[in-house]
Amino acid sequence: MITDSAIAGLAFYAFSAVLIACAVMVVTSRNPVHSVLFLILGFFNAAALFLIAGAEFLAMILVIVYVGAVAVLFLFVVMMLDIDFVRLREGFQRYAPIGAVIGGILFLELIFVLVTWQSSGEAGGLRLNPTPSAVSNTQAIGQVLYTDYVLLFQGAGLVLLVAMIGAIVLTHRDRARSRRQDIQAQIHRRTQIEMASVPVGASIGDMGILRPLPPEEPKPKAVAHGHGGHAGHDDHGHGGGHH
Amino acid sequence: MADFLNTPVGIFALTVAQALALLVPLLIAVAFMTLAERKIMAAMQLRKGPNVVGPFGLLQPFADAGKMLMKETIVPAGASKVLFIMAPMLTFVLAMIAWAVIPVNEGWAIADINVGVLYLFAISSLGVYGIIIAGWASNSKYAFLGALRSAAQMVSYEVSMGFVIVTVLLCVGSLNLTDVVLAQKNLWFFIPLFPMFIIFFISTLAETNRAPFDLPEGESELVAGFFVEYSAMTFALFFLGEYANMFLMSALTSTLFLGGWLPPFDVAPLNWVPGPIWFILKICFCMFVFVWVRATLPRYRYDQLMRLGWKVFLPFSLVWLVLTAFALKIFGWLPA
Repeated sequence: MITDSAIAGLAFYAFSAVLIACAVMVVTSRNPVHSVLFLILGFFNAAALFLIAGAEFLAMILVIVYVGAVAVLFLFVVMMLDIDFVRLREGFQRYAPIGAVIGGILFLELIFVLVTWQSSGEAGGLRLNPTPSAVSNTQAIGQVLYTDYVLLFQGAGLVLLVAMIGAIVLTHRDRARSRRQDIQAQIHRRTQIEMASVPVGASIGDMGILRPLPPEEPKPKAVAHGHGGHAGHDDHGHGGGHH
Repeated sequence: MADFLNTPVGIFALTVAQALALLVPLLIAVAFMTLAERKIMAAMQLRKGPNVVGPFGLLQPFADAGKMLMKETIVPAGASKVLFIMAPMLTFVLAMIAWAVIPVNEGWAIADINVGVLYLFAISSLGVYGIIIAGWASNSKYAFLGALRSAAQMVSYEVSMGFVIVTVLLCVGSLNLTDVVLAQKNLWFFIPLFPMFIIFFISTLAETNRAPFDLPEGESELVAGFFVEYSAMTFALFFLGEYANMFLMSALTSTLFLGGWLPPFDVAPLNWVPGPIWFILKICFCMFVFVWVRATLPRYRYDQLMRLGWKVFLPFSLVWLVLTAFALKIFGWLPA
């Protein structure tokens, strides 16, 4: 007769086996895009393991955050990068021992955590009843996260905010010399149809229809930006009237 | 019989039967939706639409399906074969499995799980993989550009969708979809949360890559976008998946804002109508708006799309979320 726990055990071994196979394929597959796809499959199996353990909230968050957002951007980057596969494999011999040492340390830490969890007296109560009865998994996490660990939670948020601001500061380039769409100006434009007689051979820049560009900021000559320095290339050499 | 249904085999058989009872009508609805869309758009543009195959063109979807089945599936020479075949299957399967948690009536969900809303959100955020894999595996410029656009678009609009869902959940106090519907017994959420309802609907348009946000397939610039290399059955699977996703998003909108299976007013002639009928009517209304929008609005430009997502919807939904939380707290309306 098939029992529920037997099915859960079977599912656990199936998902674990696929997870480990995926992890191996992430490292060994030749194409980085395939690696990322195997990583995604690995995330998915980890989420399934969370579900079997009864942590449904964590499982869904793992899928939403890692598979739905982080891995998409990851895949995005890997697809866009022009990667030389041969050069990628070059340092494998040299870096393999370092990787093995780091992996070994992580493995030891995992063993420590599990042994402590199994043997410590204080963990005994928690082990028996990880979530209070009559409270759903999601509520239980919320109750702990926003009370006992609220400072750590806020701290983690701050770290992420700093990382985000840092990324923006590092990559943002202010394009003052390019024209942007100003939706407010467009909406509040005069609505009657304007007719103008255009002299033969005149460009749109001579008509004074375009908004003038903001004045060019003085820049040190040595810094060659992609967008500055060739104003004559634009179609509006001399800004005309303003609407 | 009751004994058999409690054994694992019985539960399995029952689940398969329930899934078929949901998916077969869904696929038929998808087939007729393709016809309905053409008919509605034709009416809006003063044309007749398909009217040759069968009475009123009713057999047109089956003629189209027959054509798709007969055609040859072409795999481009430079394509990554496994991924190329896998992408449409992934799109289709994801559009199907999300229906597992949708409650059609009280207690009529295949899986009435505690985190139903999160499950739906997770599955809908996975939809981008079918597109991005298709674009990459086709080994074609147009397909790849379409896939990149789609990935950026879906990730952007998911953020504001997430905030809208959180606002609804604040008013419900549960992640269970049945609870979400039951919390709207007195007042459907689209009335108190009207701006969020609008944001959510527009975001679902972007999430399903529908007009006016159908940039991933923008035929005037990218030929057909991510599925330009697909033909026959693989193309049909993308098509079915896209329409099933539209139905799913309509169902989600109905569940979150339009009171799911509940009648508009709990009075005599209205509450005689069974719940599933109300639910189907609400889905049909949302689908009609999908088509109406497509027939009315021109396609957005890419920078306008990104501006709308990040500079308009995201700040607005964030502020509205905080306001809702304050209002619930101050007036003591927080659900227990």
